[in-house]
Amino acid sequence: MASEKAFITQPGISQPNTKWRHLWKYRALIVLAMPGILLMLINNYLPMFGIFLAFKDLNYTDGIWDSKWIGLDNFKFLFASNDAWLIIKNTLLYNISFLLINTILAVMLALLLNEVKNKFASKFFQSTVILPNFISMVIVGYIVYGFLNPELGFANKFILEPFGIDPKNWYAEAQHWPYILTIVNTWKNVGYAAVVYLAAIVGIDSEYYEAAVIDGASRWKQMTKITIPLIAPIIIIMTLLAIGRIFNADFGLFYQATMASGMIKETTEVIDTYVYSALMVTGDTGLASSAGLLQSVVGFTLVVTVNLIVRKFSRENALF
Amino acid sequence: MNQKRTNPIIVIVLTLFSLACLIPFWLVFMISVADENWVTAHGYSFWPGKFSLVAYQYLIEDAEKILRAYGVSALVTVIGVVVSLFVTSAMAYALSRKEFPLRGALSFYILITMLFSGGLLPWYLVYTRFLHVQDTLVALIIPGLIGGFNVIIMRTFFTNSIPPSLIDSSQIDGAGEFRTYFSIILPLSLPVMATIGLFTTVSYWNDWFTSLVFIQNEKLFSLQYLLTKTLMNASFLQTIANKAYSSTAQVTTPLESIRMAMAMIAIGPLVLVFPFLQKYFVRGLTVGAVKG
Repeated sequence: MASEKAFITQPGISQPNTKWRHLWKYRALIVLAMPGILLMLINNYLPMFGIFLAFKDLNYTDGIWDSKWIGLDNFKFLFASNDAWLIIKNTLLYNISFLLINTILAVMLALLLNEVKNKFASKFFQSTVILPNFISMVIVGYIVYGFLNPELGFANKFILEPFGIDPKNWYAEAQHWPYILTIVNTWKNVGYAAVVYLAAIVGIDSEYYEAAVIDGASRWKQMTKITIPLIAPIIIIMTLLAIGRIFNADFGLFYQATMASGMIKETTEVIDTYVYSALMVTGDTGLASSAGLLQSVVGFTLVVTVNLIVRKFSRENALF
Repeated sequence: MNQKRTNPIIVIVLTLFSLACLIPFWLVFMISVADENWVTAHGYSFWPGKFSLVAYQYLIEDAEKILRAYGVSALVTVIGVVVSLFVTSAMAYALSRKEFPLRGALSFYILITMLFSGGLLPWYLVYTRFLHVQDTLVALIIPGLIGGFNVIIMRTFFTNSIPPSLIDSSQIDGAGEFRTYFSIILPLSLPVMATIGLFTTVSYWNDWFTSLVFIQNEKLFSLQYLLTKTLMNASFLQTIANKAYSSTAQVTTPLESIRMAMAMIAIGPLVLVFPFLQKYFVRGLTVGAVKG
């Protein structure tokens, strides 16, 4: 019996058997990676399989599986309501202006920080500009409220009133918000980006500058001819990451800073806030899932496309 | 190199920039210590004509709610950060081993999570209808435990700064993978652990979104979520004030100052530890900026 068994296993199954034995050798590593694998399964992969919900008329009495398939009706409904265009337009316009303003200001700020010779001063400036990035969006909401409270806010009482301008009801007037949100976003994020760029600048080999000084290059020339070209790759990577997320708005900014005011939706509703309120406030799962899927698909396509383009020009700077 | 002194114009510009970053906090602080009657008459100001600490007195009278929220936030943060560091580094360690046969597949598995997401609704359903963890602290902890980007950063650190020969020799000496990981990798990885740990701490501490989505039970409100409620919901602020009202002799309830005092209490600890953490934070940004 024993010899017969050996006869059967030897020729036929030996191929996968060694493969399994090979993996078995690394079982400890698999065990170490397992918690991470499981968590990603729960937090990332299971939701991905949930995208089919966008094609269902989800109702909880029938359950998720037994709800009716309705094809593209959710999308038809979303686009018929005009909401789709508004939230896409707002999301894109905000993200594009955030990206432009933040990149330009952050590079400028990093260049300025790099010119500070005193170590203590340099540390002080770095700490203060990065501080807003440390605090939660909730606190940002409080700060904005401190400035814009219609009855007591600093903006109305101490800026508009002395100039004889009527106080504004900020949380009810949509037209101001593109400016307000841009300022708040810059305030919160520009220091962080600047420190990333500063780190890149500090990493530049000092020989370049020494050679340039010998050739008589001014500080301005050194900046434009050495520093900026050498940090260009990191600017490209940061921009790439931002473009990939151009369909994702910063939910905290648009929810907390506006205090979720319904009266200014025209200029403050973005895809993320729309999906949130469709799901949690009005309970419209059809709109939530179709807008969510739209966002994920466009986001994915953008990352992959932008990455392909960058790869064409320089493999080095591509994300993957 | 030729001049040691910083150009004064640069100093002026940077000083203005720094002030712009700090002044908003000052405004919140000043509202919190302003006399309510003065504020009602004159508005929020950077230097109120009359000061008063009544708002803080109110909060101390009814400290229970805030202390509880502090506790929830602290608990979630501590558990979250410890577990997250373990899970992230263990996965990153497996990935960093060149001879590990599943390395490519695992990298791909992680990359996909960074590129595509199922969206809010399916995510919400997984936690509420599948795991049934809504209204528990578990719902606040799990979502932040692992992020693809952090795994990649740690993997890069392990591959770049831990020589493979070190792992080889320890295994020749008879150490298994677990032993290698716990007694060689972890002690050598303090810089990256500190950095990622700090990022995770800040994101757990500042998180209000998971509470907004999953938590209904007032006893499980985290600090940031309690603040969200007090900012958005005037009646919620009133209940906090009312509870303390009976025991204080004040006639007008300083609602506006109480609101801002709560914000100050939440900012407080962060601003105090900030100078110590700042060093790691800046270093972390650099690590994060290096492509894996």
